Amino acid sequence: MLKSVDGSTRRSIRIGAGQGFYGDSVDGALDVARHGDVAYICFDALAELTMAILQKDRFRDPAAGYARDLPAFMSALLPICRERGIRLITNAGGINPVGAAAAVREAARKLGMDDLRIGVVVGDDITSRVDELRALGAALHNLDTGESLDSVRDRVVFGVAYLGCAPVVQALAAGADVVVTGRVADASLFVAPMVHELGWDLASDWDRLAAGVVLGHLMECSAQSTGGNFSGDWWNVPDLDRAGYPVCEMGEDGVALLTKPAGTGGRVSVDTVKEQLLYEVLDPRAYLNPDVVADFTSVQLRDAGPDVVEVSGVRGAPRPPELKAILGYLDGYAGTIAIGYSWPDAVPKARRSAELIGRLVARSGLRPLDVVTELIGVDSTHGSAAPIPDDANEVVLRICARFATEAEAKRFPRLATPLGLNGPPFIGGGVAPQGARALLGVWPSLLPRALVEPGVEVSVEEAAAV
Amino acid sequence: MSGRVRVQLRDVAQARSGDKGDLANVAVFAPTDALYRAFLRELTPERVRTHYGRFVRGQVDRYEVPNVRALNFVLHQALDGGAARSLRSDPLGKSYGSLILRMEIEVDEGELEGADVGLRPPR
Repeated sequence: MLKSVDGSTRRSIRIGAGQGFYGDSVDGALDVARHGDVAYICFDALAELTMAILQKDRFRDPAAGYARDLPAFMSALLPICRERGIRLITNAGGINPVGAAAAVREAARKLGMDDLRIGVVVGDDITSRVDELRALGAALHNLDTGESLDSVRDRVVFGVAYLGCAPVVQALAAGADVVVTGRVADASLFVAPMVHELGWDLASDWDRLAAGVVLGHLMECSAQSTGGNFSGDWWNVPDLDRAGYPVCEMGEDGVALLTKPAGTGGRVSVDTVKEQLLYEVLDPRAYLNPDVVADFTSVQLRDAGPDVVEVSGVRGAPRPPELKAILGYLDGYAGTIAIGYSWPDAVPKARRSAELIGRLVARSGLRPLDVVTELIGVDSTHGSAAPIPDDANEVVLRICARFATEAEAKRFPRLATPLGLNGPPFIGGGVAPQGARALLGVWPSLLPRALVEPGVEVSVEEAAAV
Repeated sequence: MSGRVRVQLRDVAQARSGDKGDLANVAVFAPTDALYRAFLRELTPERVRTHYGRFVRGQVDRYEVPNVRALNFVLHQALDGGAARSLRSDPLGKSYGSLILRMEIEVDEGELEGADVGLRPPR
């Protein structure tokens, strides 16, 4: 229950964030479970880049394709969450939620939790349906450029549609203790328990759903709203080695408090929260989520106490008619050369070295499709806006090139190894050739709901049931 | 009348960048209403596009977010094709937020009133 200014109380639910990306530490989630006083913890393991990484995993092993650290997260969290009745919602299923659910089942059994109820959501994977969907009228043009999918169709290796919160709500209603999904939209993982607990109507409560999306958006990147990556006086943010992950108390009216577990590091203030409000946002008046269009310019943030920010005033409009989808397609292989050069004249040495490598490539018969040359320490982050230092202490020359074949990408860095003895003087490390990397293009698109939502399935079973 | 001065955004603004496919967004936050108005005047999409140079191959859109005194710039074709196929050492454009802090704008001295200018970490 939340206490209002006038002393009355209103129904509310406390939800914590447990993960901001695939590879995040479990410590933040453990602090939320122990000290956050929450009923739910939601885990966002997916990003566009992550989908591509999981697809590469699935190439190597058809049983893979979900976040490999999911069992470790579950083993660490289930004992305390079971004891306290905290329910867990994760999209770590990636492009294989069924495999991920099996891994959760195994982790639960090892802990003796045979009766743990595990929900799984499928139906977001459109990898095998691309031609069918196009035949049914979904052109799958590139959302950004308008290009026809024909240009990359034969190289498409995965496709997913972004689902809303409905299937997760369904799993919660069926009693799931843990819900595992694939590409449920980041914020929707957090909206699901709000809808389930506060009884919001998915067909009319646009302002409340938009408030849920705003809170979900603020929580999905773990400590990025609680002091991480803060561009203000970051040096005064305490104890980021144990950054508190976001915890929200959402009221039935859509007004929420954002905070973090007691005793953790980080900072929750209007200044830390507002940076995350606009992270990865395009048009702030129309933030598109599968369940609602949220107006981020309506959001009111107010410091409401030490490490507490009130979020209110959020307005929403009816959900978009279409779902977003992304397809991934093979786009060649990258080979990388990196060589460090020391003072004096580090920059001219690195430039000479780049020139020599250019000639070696020309003679080698390799045919790079694109080349990016960076002087790390000089221009890799700010490009032409960065002044060239008079006499840099050191610089790393990095040349990354894209090739049609993996063999070429592997051969490319070997061209540069002789420069360890034959090139400009005073190398500062980094000459060892790095492995080739498969490149995946991401193709954003739109899909009519009717082509996806009827195929979404939810099942909830006890760990020992299968 | 107060004089005109040049300020670098690092001395007055907060910023964060994010990625979406081959698009990047850069949000820049003003600390006061007066500086928000100065940002509106000075930070045109054209200037931002020029500042980002070769990194941005498409257009730059600007959105106003007055409730948090921010301008949100959307940079098209700005991530070398997108993070998973980028050849750059910063494939997600995480540092684009810091790049905008390099920009300098001209403001009235009075417009700096109430802003903490030039805070720096201990050396």
